[in-house]
Amino acid sequence: MEPALKEMVEHFATALPHCKALNMRMDLIKDAHVIMSMPYDERLIGDPATGVIHGGAISALMDSCGGASVFTHPENSSASVTLDLRIDYMRSAKPGERIFAEAHCFHVTRTVAFVRVVAWAGDQKDEPTATATGAFSFTRKKRGAE
Amino acid sequence: MREKPEPIQVIKTRRDGALLRLVDAIPYIKFMGISFERRGDELTGTMAYSDMLIGNPTLPAIHGGATAAFLETTAIIELAWSELWGKIETEKLSGAEIEELPLPILPKTIDFTTDYLAAGKPRDIYTRARINRSGRRYASVHVEAWQDNRQKIIGQATGHFLMPSKDA
Repeated sequence: MEPALKEMVEHFATALPHCKALNMRMDLIKDAHVIMSMPYDERLIGDPATGVIHGGAISALMDSCGGASVFTHPENSSASVTLDLRIDYMRSAKPGERIFAEAHCFHVTRTVAFVRVVAWAGDQKDEPTATATGAFSFTRKKRGAE
Repeated sequence: MREKPEPIQVIKTRRDGALLRLVDAIPYIKFMGISFERRGDELTGTMAYSDMLIGNPTLPAIHGGATAAFLETTAIIELAWSELWGKIETEKLSGAEIEELPLPILPKTIDFTTDYLAAGKPRDIYTRARINRSGRRYASVHVEAWQDNRQKIIGQATGHFLMPSKDA
């Protein structure tokens, strides 16, 4: 990845106001592969009976992480938007634990990027909180234009 | 003889009280600046614009994740509200009785699919949900979001939810 691009993505979590509001952090950036996380926060509780964070906050993390994986794809040449995102919730994120999301942009065409995301709480990576698949808009680099 | 209809104020106190009780209990709804208006049993959600909802500062556009979160919140509130509505209307609860109600157990999201049809402009977003099916265990809900024009939706979503067990 070009250094300028890399720097941009590193600031992704703090430059985007909603990501900043949720205190998101960039944990790993490789080509088309990104890990992001956010801390447990009582303001994000969706179910007061259990203290579990609202699914919507996890959607925001997974969408951001998915978008970042598209952005860092080696063939990407511009910003992209989410076309659709489907999230399946496997289990509640344990209250108090940091929430992680790992996204892979596993296929691109000239116009569309396909993404898979997994989210988990704390160190429970083998017991995902949620998985997602998404399609994002994509503009492929012109051949030869490096 | 037919029963005399309840005074309007009694009805409004009961219904508005129950809605407030449901919505006020959830911290995330406050954090996102979401509120719900009621006409009879129909709810309309509003997510009031604030700078922290922005995802793309150059356009600027509201974060897709924030829109999805608002759609999901609307679906959950619609489901919980329809359960609550049944209870308060059959039992004709008073304002004081509503204050005493235990907090409703919320449905759990099984899956949620959001279609993004247009970028969310930096202004309020509105939503309405429709329960397509509500069985004993599962419910399917469709939600639409719009801004300036009700006919021009900026996002829509369908989700499946696990309903709280009735005999719990």
